[in-house]
Amino acid sequence: LKISVDESRCVASGQCAMIAPTVFDQDEEDGTVILLQSQPPDEFGELVRRAEQVCPALAIRVAG
Amino acid sequence: VEEYKVMHDLPFFPMQRDERCPFDPAPELLQLQKTDPIARVRLWDGTVAWLITSYARQRALLSDARVSSDARLPGYPFSGPAIKARRLSAPNLVTTDNPEHDRLRKMLTRDFMAKRINALRPRIQQIADELIDVMLASGPSADLVEAFALPLPSLAICEILAVPYEDHAIFQGLASTLHDTTATADQGTESIDVLRSYVRKLVDKKYQEPVHDDVTSHLLELSRKGILDKAAVIEALIFLVVAGHETTANMLGLSVLALLSNSDQLEVFRSFEDPIDAANAIEELLRYLTIAHAGRRRVALEDLEIDGQIIRAGEGLIMATEAGNRDPEAFTNPGVLDVRSAASHHMAFGFGIHQCLGQLLARAELQIGLWSLFTRIPSMRLSVPLEQLSFKQRHTVYGVRAVPIEWG
Repeated sequence: LKISVDESRCVASGQCAMIAPTVFDQDEEDGTVILLQSQPPDEFGELVRRAEQVCPALAIRVAG
Repeated sequence: VEEYKVMHDLPFFPMQRDERCPFDPAPELLQLQKTDPIARVRLWDGTVAWLITSYARQRALLSDARVSSDARLPGYPFSGPAIKARRLSAPNLVTTDNPEHDRLRKMLTRDFMAKRINALRPRIQQIADELIDVMLASGPSADLVEAFALPLPSLAICEILAVPYEDHAIFQGLASTLHDTTATADQGTESIDVLRSYVRKLVDKKYQEPVHDDVTSHLLELSRKGILDKAAVIEALIFLVVAGHETTANMLGLSVLALLSNSDQLEVFRSFEDPIDAANAIEELLRYLTIAHAGRRRVALEDLEIDGQIIRAGEGLIMATEAGNRDPEAFTNPGVLDVRSAASHHMAFGFGIHQCLGQLLARAELQIGLWSLFTRIPSMRLSVPLEQLSFKQRHTVYGVRAVPIEWG
């Protein structure tokens, strides 16, 4: 798994941080996505793909 | 004359729901999804707009920067006269594009982020429990809307904003007018004026007080630093007060009704061990009910081509997400409520940069509220037949006016 995020697109809906809090966090000031691990173990596959799918700003990309 | 005739033949939007199927979108809407997913429709003011009913097309258009939310642009399709008056009275989150939208939104996102909402969950649980305590003490019957669905989100948003709950009747009524597609322009202007002067007084008072951790204090802090002017603080608070009142309340009432009307689904719902366990079921209820049923309103900034159809710059677009959320190309068995299905890709909160700011709060309230109700009042049932209930067909946020229940 390889994850990338585009902070400039992020609208801080917070769904990624709710779905996979060990992979995605949010900036304390404005909620912008913070990527905690860009290559999480494979068992995170389903969760991070769901985060990618529901992100309204198309700010998350998951490869692998 | 020819053009007039063509226009006159176009279907009128919004279409009426069938009262015998109160949980389903208007039948005509689902028919269009099959035959003409990018259709032209007539609106209340005689204008014409594109109505999009396909899930995939809605998702693509709602995340397309060539599609604008700016209500001041010619061709923007309004939902009704009062709503038009409000959307033109001052720009807010709903009616601005980036970069202005991003700037405004990021000033509010701190208070609705995952960690903040998770920290609020015990307090939401406490509010839900207290409301249920009162119901049980005065039962064995109640109107669920009055006793639970309205006060739960109202108490929560008042606390988050530091707005006195004693005043909730004022803004509940105003919020209702501002969601009514049949309210006149004068009613809209009057409601927004009353709200604006109410919030202005509140802000002036709050300006003198020590800073707390609520949204109003946070916005005033930004105002003191010169990041946001006071008028923008007032508009943001009006936006949050209105949005926090007609949305989750309608979703709570309608969800209870949908579960009470589907006994097999209710049985599954009752088996959940805690509110988090009910999270997927809440996503399915959000998809199935999609209460924001006036369509997501946009206007094209450039000529667009979708499936061979040309949409010209300046033409209005309406994404009917209650139809998109019933699209068989996106969901299995979309006409059936199945609380065990995986429906989290629904667009009940919209899609794109304007997706609901308060969605995590709404989810927490729905998970906690519905789980607590069905756990603490397991014998809850409707005390009148479903056919006798009255629904908000003409409001931009769909809902049920009263849900008489009994138990024991």
